[in-house]
Amino acid sequence: MNDVWQYFVDHRDEIQSWTWTTVWLAALPLIIGLAIALPTGWVASRYRWSYPPIVSGAGLLYTIPSIVLFVLLPGLIGTKILDPVNVAIALTVYTIALLVRVVADALSSVSAETMSAAAAMGYTSLQRLLKVQLPIAVPIIGAGLRVAAVSNVSLVSVASIIGVSQLGQLFIQGQTTNSIPPTVLGLILFVLLALIFDSVILIAMRLLTPWRRAAPA
Amino acid sequence: MAAGGAGVMRTILADGSGLPGLDRVPIWFNDPQNWWGPDGLLVRIREHLLYTAIIVIIAVLIGLPIGLLIGHTGRGVFAVVGLANGLRAVPTLGLVILLVVWLSPKIHSTAEVPGLIGRGALPYFLPVVIGLIVLALPPILTNSYAGVQNVDPAVRDAARGMGMTGWEVIRKVEFPCALPLIMSGIRSATLQVIATVTVAAFVPFLGGLGAFIRDGVAEANDPQFGYPAMFSAGIVVAVLAVLTDGVLGLLQRLVVSPGVSGRISTRPARRNKFSMEAQLADV
Repeated sequence: MNDVWQYFVDHRDEIQSWTWTTVWLAALPLIIGLAIALPTGWVASRYRWSYPPIVSGAGLLYTIPSIVLFVLLPGLIGTKILDPVNVAIALTVYTIALLVRVVADALSSVSAETMSAAAAMGYTSLQRLLKVQLPIAVPIIGAGLRVAAVSNVSLVSVASIIGVSQLGQLFIQGQTTNSIPPTVLGLILFVLLALIFDSVILIAMRLLTPWRRAAPA
Repeated sequence: MAAGGAGVMRTILADGSGLPGLDRVPIWFNDPQNWWGPDGLLVRIREHLLYTAIIVIIAVLIGLPIGLLIGHTGRGVFAVVGLANGLRAVPTLGLVILLVVWLSPKIHSTAEVPGLIGRGALPYFLPVVIGLIVLALPPILTNSYAGVQNVDPAVRDAARGMGMTGWEVIRKVEFPCALPLIMSGIRSATLQVIATVTVAAFVPFLGGLGAFIRDGVAEANDPQFGYPAMFSAGIVVAVLAVLTDGVLGLLQRLVVSPGVSGRISTRPARRNKFSMEAQLADV
């Protein structure tokens, strides 16, 4: 364990900049992915005919391996192979693929009685969506977001295979120098990052759903 | 190395194609050597699928019984499911490299399996298998557990009332009812393993389709075997993933009792009712 700490102290600056790259590579796709998945999922839940094509299309996107997207994207969109943008776009695709179905199912899970009650109170469909359906769907969407966050963090490390520098570089260094400290440090930092992401989403979910705490158990 | 790679890519981009040798991809696919050669696609696909099968089968043998048991008894749910979810956060690449650096030197067996593990490759094969089992376990374990938990308690009571023992309830009632969820867990585990087993090529003695990506990165300045090989291997991995998922989907249809899958298809009917009401409400 001392070796791990020593390694961290010796390579502090490098590790710090890798950590920030990893954080934005995992976080940005999560935010953009959610922003795209919300309207897409809404369409799938609102117009029944669009549900099968949208959801199975998203499922198909999810079957594309991450390393494949990292490799294919430069060819398809003309970026450089080491450009971190490839990683960000690939992870955005995964976030969308995972969340579209969750959003659609979450919005559909709001009971018909609740919807009718909102309509009877004079809500327009947009108001009803924003003030009734979406808040009720927060716990389910949040659960999906947590899965996406944890898998995004871990997928970022795969990008070091093609040489995009972020925390995964610690694994490559462990491999090339055949030493344990950088590898263990990398594992610890990745799991820590995943935990932090998870906690942030959990806290945000609690703040967005105050009534769940107020209701007697 | 990273900076050198970037410089190299820039020189390739400067050759006018605008893409790093993308136009070479069809040429690469058309070269029989790349298909049938000793390091060709067919050899790599075979390795890739064999590794995947071994890993998924072991993960099922470990995860399914544990999942069924904790689902049936309701004991250890918190510990096991929590652990499984924690495992999801562990990056497989790091785990595999840690096992190679730490475990491989301790394995002194030179045992070989013809056609799969060459002489001296076992110390490197085991870390890859263990690292990827850790990747495959969480979806199998949590889905088996959730599948059993979702079984209607009335059905379980009926089985008990008919005089079934606990083991019979698991085997004849809970397992068949949980099978759709179990299969979807196995499918998502398989997809992840097919995608991630590419890391095997970064370990000495091992292959799989990741070998093309490994060599492609190393020879990025070679427009023949650099990016075009990586791109082509990427397409092959994606096609394998989709095909394997399709085959497992067919298998799921075969093994899931029609009574069980029929009950699941009643869900869209409820959706219908909901959207009808929603439309009525809009009027």
